[in-house]
Amino acid sequence: MNDVKLDTKTNPDSKPNLDRREFLSKSSIGLAGLAIAPGMLLFDMAHGRPQGEAVSNKVRWGMLIDNNQCETGCNDCVTACNTENGLSGGTKPTDSQWIRKVQLKDTFTGHISSLPMMCQHCEQPPCVDVCPTQASFKRADGIVLVDKHICIGCRYCVMACPYQARSFVHEVLTDQKTEVPRGKGTVESCTLCVHRVDKGETTACAEACTKAGHNAILFGDLNDPDSAISKRIRSVASTQIRADLGLNTGVRYEGI
Amino acid sequence: MSSTSFSRNESRNFYALVALGLFIVFLGYLGMHNMEEHGHIVSGMNNKIVWGLPHVFAIFMIVAASGVLNIGSIGTVFGHATYKIRTPLAGVIAIGLLSGGLAVLMLDLGRPDRIIIAATYFNPTSVFAWNIILYSMFFTLAALYLWTSMEKRMYVWSKPVGFAMFAWRVILTSGTGLIFAFLVVRQAYASALLPPMFIVLSFAWGLAVFLLVQAAMFAWNNKVIDAAILKRMKNLLGLFVISSLYLVAAYHMTNLYFAKQTGFELFILRDGAIYPMLFWGGYILVGSLIPAALVYTPGLGGSKSVVAASAFVVIGSFAFLYVFIIGGQAYPLSIFPGYEVSSSFGDGQIGKYIPSLSEILLGSGGLAIAYLITLIGTRILNTFPNDAAVVASKNDH
Repeated sequence: MNDVKLDTKTNPDSKPNLDRREFLSKSSIGLAGLAIAPGMLLFDMAHGRPQGEAVSNKVRWGMLIDNNQCETGCNDCVTACNTENGLSGGTKPTDSQWIRKVQLKDTFTGHISSLPMMCQHCEQPPCVDVCPTQASFKRADGIVLVDKHICIGCRYCVMACPYQARSFVHEVLTDQKTEVPRGKGTVESCTLCVHRVDKGETTACAEACTKAGHNAILFGDLNDPDSAISKRIRSVASTQIRADLGLNTGVRYEGI
Repeated sequence: MSSTSFSRNESRNFYALVALGLFIVFLGYLGMHNMEEHGHIVSGMNNKIVWGLPHVFAIFMIVAASGVLNIGSIGTVFGHATYKIRTPLAGVIAIGLLSGGLAVLMLDLGRPDRIIIAATYFNPTSVFAWNIILYSMFFTLAALYLWTSMEKRMYVWSKPVGFAMFAWRVILTSGTGLIFAFLVVRQAYASALLPPMFIVLSFAWGLAVFLLVQAAMFAWNNKVIDAAILKRMKNLLGLFVISSLYLVAAYHMTNLYFAKQTGFELFILRDGAIYPMLFWGGYILVGSLIPAALVYTPGLGGSKSVVAASAFVVIGSFAFLYVFIIGGQAYPLSIFPGYEVSSSFGDGQIGKYIPSLSEILLGSGGLAIAYLITLIGTRILNTFPNDAAVVASKNDH
């Protein structure tokens, strides 16, 4: 043992050996970097995330909804959500509704408006706090989801949600979308189209709103100062619904 | 009182009562199976009223289970002999009630088959998850409590176990109150008054159930309870009923004072059709004023009055919980204060709920489990409150 130690510490020949090793390892890292960089660049441009890579809290997905642009009577975002996620579109009290249009009438001025309402993807989600099994959880990028495999269907999260954004699956489901797992006896809500977002796409509701020409829903990364949503939030007055609860919602509204 | 002391007729009656209990449990199974097979679509519950009649049954039983053990605490912790000999009976009823309540709560889950997940994935911030520990520990302590109060060799441990049980059941009922108190956005629930209110309610409901079981046992054995002991117990029931009334009044009065809560209070107390009816008629009149009158009116307060008062307290508790749980959800959430709102999802509207047969069966099945455990427990264990010794020692003094 001592001989070996002496060798590495005192033998002057060991230095050139180390340098060679360093050179080889650094150059191989450099080569690997050269090989991967274009792919990384392309990925960054598409705002997607490769499969297998963990979600990062450097990103916080959110939406800014312009109430002035949202047209009363237009239901395109709701229809797009239902189609994207395989919801029936039924409006019975037992049907799931991940997004709904709420009509508002100011009790003082009588002003009438409407806005889309869905899971607000809170930074401090009450649904996650109360869930006994951790089935309700928040991803590092701010998306609040329900793990369908460990939800026991106690509905405590439905009781705790300030936005009435959660639905309980009351009956057997058929013809589900493979990308959107759902199941009888579990709770569900807006996933912020996580399956699309992970591919670098926008949410179905935002896409439908843009297609309809209203541009009332702006989706993007709240943490990126150069994103369109961040720039807009900096330049216009926006608000969180039930801001008094201090939940720091990922969905913001302007014009209410 | 061993089983051999029962005559053939008594045995036959006992098995008939067991069969009746099993039949109701079977009906409960049918209700559960229907909900499990088709989903909660066959219940009256919906996305607005997510907790329905099964929760009324379950929470009654869980709260009463804790309250029944109050009898034991008065005996063990406060050293009252009359209550000490009632500890075994209280322990058996408590285990029965908690089993029935938990069975209903679990079988009403959307995925009761996944109940084990509640133990394997624990969320430390969830009061529901805390309650799982509270319930498990309650069973363990109640069993220990029974053992130490019935087995002579273990008597020495009955006091420390009794103290632990006393503390645990206060924590457990606080936990039940906290399930609602932590719902900060629900006008009906976010109140620090709920844990103490549930504790006092548990005293009344638990004692009422105890008095009913005790009366049945005395009647079964053709015995008459000592008048002084009955008087003490019925006065205690009256005291608990009035204390509950005080806390319920404080809860509603404070809510009425907050302008933002006035709408909700008017709904529960005046405008909400079935809910004010159940609150005033069911809880206040039948569940509180009539029992108090039966207990305190001079000339009344005999064993029949006490049984009637106890039964009314139990009926009142169901009315109270129906208003509290279902009425509390029926009133719309205040998502946009200052706006009149409407939507396809019932925003701004009163939630509708009509309990279905499946829910009634499931809840009754839970009650039948509590009944069966009490029936069999009192038969195989020596739980009959033998007051002779206590009365004799009192007369000596």
